[in-house]
Amino acid sequence: MNPEAAVDYSIVPLLMLLTSLLPGAIIFFLREDRTRLRTALNLFGALSKVAFVVVLIPPVVAGEKLRASMEWAPGIDIVLTTDAFSLFFVGLSAALWLVTTIYAIGYLGGSPNQSRFFGFFSLCVTATTGIALAGNLLTFLLFFELLTLVTYPLVAHRGTKEALNGARTYLIYTLGGGALVLIGVVWLTVIAGPVEFVSGGAPEVAAAIDEHPVAMTAIGGLLLVGMGVKAAIFPLHGWLPVAMVAPAPVSALLHAVAVVKAGAFGIVRVVHDLFGLEAADRLGLLSVLAAFAGFTIIYGSVRALMQDDLKRRLAYSTVSQLSYVALGAALIAPLATSGALVHIVHQGLMKITLFFCAGLFAEVIGVSKVSGLRGAGRRMPLTSLAFTIGAFGMIGLPPLAGFVSKWPLALGGLDAEAPWVVGVLVVSTLLNAAYFLPVVYALWFTDPDPGADWSGRRSGTRRFEAPHALLWPAVTTAALSVVVGVAAGWGYSPWSLAEFIAEGSYR
Amino acid sequence: MTPGGVLPALVLLPLAGAAIVALVPAAVRRWTGGAFAVATSAMAVLLAIALAASGDGAAAELALGGWDAPLGITLRADGVSLVFLLLTAVIGLAVSTVAVASDAMSGGPRFWPLWLGLWAGLNGVFVSGDLFNMFVMLELVTLAAVSLVGLGGRGSAAAALRYLFVGVVGSLLFLLAVALVYAETGVLDLLLAADSMPGGIVLVTVLALTVVGMGAKMALFPLHSWLPVAHPAAPAAVSAALSALVIKAAVFVLWRVWFAVKDDSAAVAVLGIAAGAAGAAAVIWGSVMALRARRLKRIIAYSTVAQVGYFAMVLDLAGDGSGLGDGAGPGWVGGVTLVLAHGLAKAAMFLAAGNLALAYGSDRLDGLRGAVSRMPGTVAALAVAGVSLAGLPPTFGFVAKWQLLVSAIEAEAWWWAAVLALGGLLAFGYTAAMIRATFNAPGEEAPAPQHRTPVALAAVPLVLAIASVVLGVFSSGLIALIGEYTLIGGGA
Repeated sequence: MNPEAAVDYSIVPLLMLLTSLLPGAIIFFLREDRTRLRTALNLFGALSKVAFVVVLIPPVVAGEKLRASMEWAPGIDIVLTTDAFSLFFVGLSAALWLVTTIYAIGYLGGSPNQSRFFGFFSLCVTATTGIALAGNLLTFLLFFELLTLVTYPLVAHRGTKEALNGARTYLIYTLGGGALVLIGVVWLTVIAGPVEFVSGGAPEVAAAIDEHPVAMTAIGGLLLVGMGVKAAIFPLHGWLPVAMVAPAPVSALLHAVAVVKAGAFGIVRVVHDLFGLEAADRLGLLSVLAAFAGFTIIYGSVRALMQDDLKRRLAYSTVSQLSYVALGAALIAPLATSGALVHIVHQGLMKITLFFCAGLFAEVIGVSKVSGLRGAGRRMPLTSLAFTIGAFGMIGLPPLAGFVSKWPLALGGLDAEAPWVVGVLVVSTLLNAAYFLPVVYALWFTDPDPGADWSGRRSGTRRFEAPHALLWPAVTTAALSVVVGVAAGWGYSPWSLAEFIAEGSYR
Repeated sequence: MTPGGVLPALVLLPLAGAAIVALVPAAVRRWTGGAFAVATSAMAVLLAIALAASGDGAAAELALGGWDAPLGITLRADGVSLVFLLLTAVIGLAVSTVAVASDAMSGGPRFWPLWLGLWAGLNGVFVSGDLFNMFVMLELVTLAAVSLVGLGGRGSAAAALRYLFVGVVGSLLFLLAVALVYAETGVLDLLLAADSMPGGIVLVTVLALTVVGMGAKMALFPLHSWLPVAHPAAPAAVSAALSALVIKAAVFVLWRVWFAVKDDSAAVAVLGIAAGAAGAAAVIWGSVMALRARRLKRIIAYSTVAQVGYFAMVLDLAGDGSGLGDGAGPGWVGGVTLVLAHGLAKAAMFLAAGNLALAYGSDRLDGLRGAVSRMPGTVAALAVAGVSLAGLPPTFGFVAKWQLLVSAIEAEAWWWAAVLALGGLLAFGYTAAMIRATFNAPGEEAPAPQHRTPVALAAVPLVLAIASVVLGVFSSGLIALIGEYTLIGGGA
């Protein structure tokens, strides 16, 4: 990015927040039976957020930066900016929010407490957008904590004992992490003053590192550990499999769009745009981060292998996949950085597809166990196809999305003289294959169990294999994860944008 | 009007109101009382406007009857007084609105004279320029508060008696401190006394007596045990006033005396650390007890015990060992902000809890199933207030916690930072326990509340909760105001 990039003061970042905040605020007060109005508000918010992103990409790539700020306490501002990285993340969350909203409308149709659900759903996306647009740590923290608070009711939505306990575990982990981030942010503000994110590292932070290396190492540790909770890095990942009790669209949101991504995004922000790679390396933060991330990749895959519950298997897969981002962020090599960044989008697309499909299987044929999926490909061919694409992508088959993130990560590992990274990636790929291929095999190449009755909540209500609102989002995201892989060379593809953003860290 | 001219009205108007309300027929009491509440609140706003118009940002002062100190009685209001007065006005209006809307929340017509008397006492504490006057006003507050607790019906008399005993002992200790100051300096005016008070054993004794006396009145651990009994026993509107305001009168006196004295002896520093340590213990103990309690009002009362701990920690956080420093440090700003944030949140909580208890017939956690669907506004108020108490963004409580953390880290006082972080997590824990109790089991129709309650009972806590969020985002003006005014006699 151009250091002399034009900075325009603008209300656009604020408007981008309001596209989900306002619909959310209204939805809370809607009566349960106002389904149409609620749907209209949801879709209007989601579509206008996507529109903002589409309009903003070309000028931002050209070096323009929009900024909105407000004094929060004397000397400290709330800052929202649209730099390339924030737009990258907003783009992901806006696009996936749109499909998830459609899916959720179909998924929850006819169930109680929808206004509450969609109200918090919109707030959740608002918080994610705020995290993406945050121009400094204070703003990041505000939305980071808000995200915790507004996802809690979503995880607890079903109100069963299991859901409430899962939500409580989620809350204990994430609030604990938030407290660490808070202390880190305050400490940093005391030492270096209010610091804004600058790609390549903030100058105030660099000065502070020279003066107080020990304190700055501790601050970096606090921030990374706090964000590592949301990014589900071992041993802070315990909440993620437990939070699986949430409704399927919420799981999709948690795993692909909002919570874990906020953690991964925060780690990249702290390492690249706050400390700067060199400085973070000098303080020893990078090697620790890389070690934990590498271990988590293997650990998550091994645990995934052992799960029979489909959603739990996917959850451990998320634990593993998310650490690709952390690992790439911790390597000093432009290719690795690009790989980490692009994986934020690619993992999102693939994982949301898989969760949509898991939801479809559960809703339509009442199957939530891997062992129950035998022969399901005949009954639900499109869903199974989407799942297969997602699974192959996760394994990293070219030309799917996952390949476009794993390959540069491996090359980046070699560039950074960390050949063990290649080993981790190879082992992880083998394990990915080991826990995904049996599912794919079961779907297509086995006969249904004779006793399988395949009656879900929504069987027999449609001419098609599944309700449209559930099926098409899954097919769309599956198709997208093919497109972003095949068209990775296009000027505005996630890969090209990731390369463009990564350049900023090596200036 | 000069700012000073408003000062007597702040006390005399509600006092006159108390007398008048006691005399009018019971049928018109609530409207008469409500009118005086509005007028009293308006006086605080008037003072704010007059102070802002006077421009120099300094204090308002009035010598009653034209007799200057040390002979006469001086009323004084600085920025800190103003903040406390405005908080009292806002909470006072909220409590009065609820009391007008429902007798069950206020405890009946006898509420009004006592409540206006309490308000007069609170305003009196906040504008007192001399120590004896402060003591008298504090007594008025205590007596009115104790009587209000007694309105709580069955079982509340015992709680009130216990409260009275602790309150009077606290007052006596403070009176002893005042007498010592008078014996040593010959004056009662706070400023004059602080200037002429020599350091030494007497000064340390005065401070120790004040800390213990006010500690008893504000329920500082380990002198807290009366509060979880007294506050829940009172009618809900009274509980709100007790937690949000009455506690603050003792906090105000403690801070005012503590920070007026400029003494950097080791004994004073030790006393400050001891108060802070008691505060830290209060934060942990109060929160843990709140987590274990099974009734809404009891949880909230223990939450107050915890929050009072922070106010005691301010003695160490805001101090630099010799009074207030420049009076604008983050510890001081955080402390005052916390008073406001806690006032708003705790009033919202008690009023919301009162509304739930009224609707469901009891405030037991296990009897509230389905409230989140049936009374979403009230439960939302409870939740948002809890988030503010936990110091999480985007609420006012977070602003306070941020400032306190900054001061703790600047002073490299890691133990205070740890207490602040842990206290916030625990506070969220007991809030979540309350909210969780309002969910109905899946598939079960949410049970309807037994009684319908007036809309105002849900609206008032919700408005207070929303105010907590708005102030959490748009706080810079208020923070600057708090930082700008130094405490009378503080630092400099």
